[in-house]
Amino acid sequence: MSTLAIGTFAFRLVGPMLHARITFSSRAQRLLETSAVVLLAALVLLSGLTEGRSFADLARPLGVAAGGVLAWRKAPFLVVVLTAAAVAALVRLVR
Amino acid sequence: MWRTMDRDLLRGIAVMCASVGLIGVSYGATAVAAGLPIWLPVLTGFLVLAASSELLFVGVIAAGGDPFAGALAGLLVNARHIPYGLAVPDVIESGWRRIPSTHLLNDETVVLALSQDDLPRKRAAYWLCGLGIVAVWPLCALAGGLLGALVHNTDALGLDAMFPAVILALILPALRDRHTLRAALVGGAVAMAAFAFLPVGLPELLALVGVPFAGGLRHERSVA
Repeated sequence: MSTLAIGTFAFRLVGPMLHARITFSSRAQRLLETSAVVLLAALVLLSGLTEGRSFADLARPLGVAAGGVLAWRKAPFLVVVLTAAAVAALVRLVR
Repeated sequence: MWRTMDRDLLRGIAVMCASVGLIGVSYGATAVAAGLPIWLPVLTGFLVLAASSELLFVGVIAAGGDPFAGALAGLLVNARHIPYGLAVPDVIESGWRRIPSTHLLNDETVVLALSQDDLPRKRAAYWLCGLGIVAVWPLCALAGGLLGALVHNTDALGLDAMFPAVILALILPALRDRHTLRAALVGGAVAMAAFAFLPVGLPELLALVGVPFAGGLRHERSVA
């Protein structure tokens, strides 16, 4: 845990320090942004569809998908989150 | 400092903290349900203060993985704080405030700071949202942990669907860009193809092979 805590703090420190010294090319900046989004997208898929090394039950992906559709239609953040949980809970209740 | 705040901004911060709190409940409940001690998500929540990396970290440990592998996977997810710091370097203050203001750098505070026009408003939004989150996240993880100890099957409440939905909602604006979407789809497909064979945490890293598919290099050159 301390590895994660200290390392994360270092990452937070690096940006503003680097900014004062060097300028990133727009290409490098774009590449960094794309990497972050790709990582997070994989995290969405893995945490939404899998549980350890097997697939999650149907309810979780359905809940996440419901939240995703609302987010796509620019619904408020809180509505997105609560809908995802509610849909997953309902599917489990029904099955 | 508080006079620079308007009603819309305050409401935005309140909604953000409420959402973070709900995820915190789910986080604490998940950790305790996985058999981890209740102080772990609470202390990690306060010291790391980066939701996705903590869920990954706790997930790896809960799945019986090596804590260092979990920490490394979490650090990789948190590498995005470097470009964040580059995006809003002005909100980080100097002197004794430097350490707390650096610690508060996260998805939510950066989004809010970017949405403000001038520096006093950027700093006010950044601090208020950051302080809200640093209080709400560990406290709600504690509440979730207590709930998890009481209600054994927190999945019945659908809490496990919250985290992926939140991350999805946060990255959707970026995915509207065709190139980024292509990279994310390739990376996601690779990660999904590999998850059954690799230790937890590694498939996310493997997804980075999707990054070149954004075609950013060629695109950039054709513009220049």
